[in-house]
Amino acid sequence: MKLGILINEGPYTHQASDTAYLFAKAAVEKGHKIHRVFFYHDGVYNSNRLTEPPQDDRHIVNRWQKLAKDNQIDLVVCVAAALRRGIKDENLQEGFRISGLGQLIESGIQSDRLVTFGD
Amino acid sequence: MLHTVNKSPTERNALESCLKHLKKGCAVLLIEDGVYGALKGTVSTRMVEQALKNHPIYALYPDIEARGMQDRVIDGIKLVDYSGFVDLAVEHSSVQAWL
Amino acid sequence: MTEATGGIEMEEDTSGKVKKFLYVNRKAPYGTIYALESLEVVLIAAAFDQDVSLAFIDDGVYQVVKGQHTKGIDVKNFSPTFRALEGYDIEKLYVEKESMEARGLKEDDFIVPVKVVSAQEMADLMETQDVVLSF
Repeated sequence: MKLGILINEGPYTHQASDTAYLFAKAAVEKGHKIHRVFFYHDGVYNSNRLTEPPQDDRHIVNRWQKLAKDNQIDLVVCVAAALRRGIKDENLQEGFRISGLGQLIESGIQSDRLVTFGD
Repeated sequence: MLHTVNKSPTERNALESCLKHLKKGCAVLLIEDGVYGALKGTVSTRMVEQALKNHPIYALYPDIEARGMQDRVIDGIKLVDYSGFVDLAVEHSSVQAWL
Repeated sequence: MTEATGGIEMEEDTSGKVKKFLYVNRKAPYGTIYALESLEVVLIAAAFDQDVSLAFIDDGVYQVVKGQHTKGIDVKNFSPTFRALEGYDIEKLYVEKESMEARGLKEDDFIVPVKVVSAQEMADLMETQDVVLSF
């Protein structure tokens, strides 16, 4: 199946991004395709290349980057939410792209299931 | 429909609200802090046991274990891992998150 | 409403596919951004000609009450935008009766025409949807 994921919260403060990641990882391991992960509200912070978590903790931003690279997953950060929160091309981690809300709707249309992770 | 609940019933009314919106064939999956809704001996237990009579209720085991609640799960609540979560999402026609 | 939505970029052919989209609103306005930003999704969604419904449940019913004056808290009052939805052919706004009554509200407290439905009717509606977005 083709799955779409919506993430509404930023890394570390809420578990949303972790749960979504582990869900996505399980899905690809089972042979499903993740059509797109769309980051909205504070979820845009999951794309911030400047994050520097402690060495012995998971690196949420890089983890998404790797999963996306290994499985051709489209990581999209909402431009409106990003601008509000200061996420721009210059601090965007490689592997993520900034685009419009239409990408979320399109994911809802194209995916077989859209799963939301939030607060 | 698969309904996910990620907040504790003693923090927020998401679980209570969710359980009022279940139709025949719906299932509920408790994740993150929502797994506190899967426990025996709480003020929410009766509400959950009542719903369990008509709908399958699942809890994400890694979240239960992370919170040390392994020995307190209501009988009848099925434990799943992330792979099971994916299966549930695929099995049901759509997924609704009660945040 | 921010203008910087990046436009509508249809990178895949979505023409012809019509799905039922339900936007579930359960949070009050202004204390958090979810109400505002979910409305922004709805406005963008209007361009995709999908079958859109909005549900207001629990504290979400507070999003559509009249008389919101936000100058004192210095944030934009976005409630008038609900009135603009009709112009985008988004007319299916459902308010849950039990949530409304629990909060001492009546149908004429709302800024837009809404359909008041019971939790059971709301559950029926939810079950028919293809895509449910929660914020």
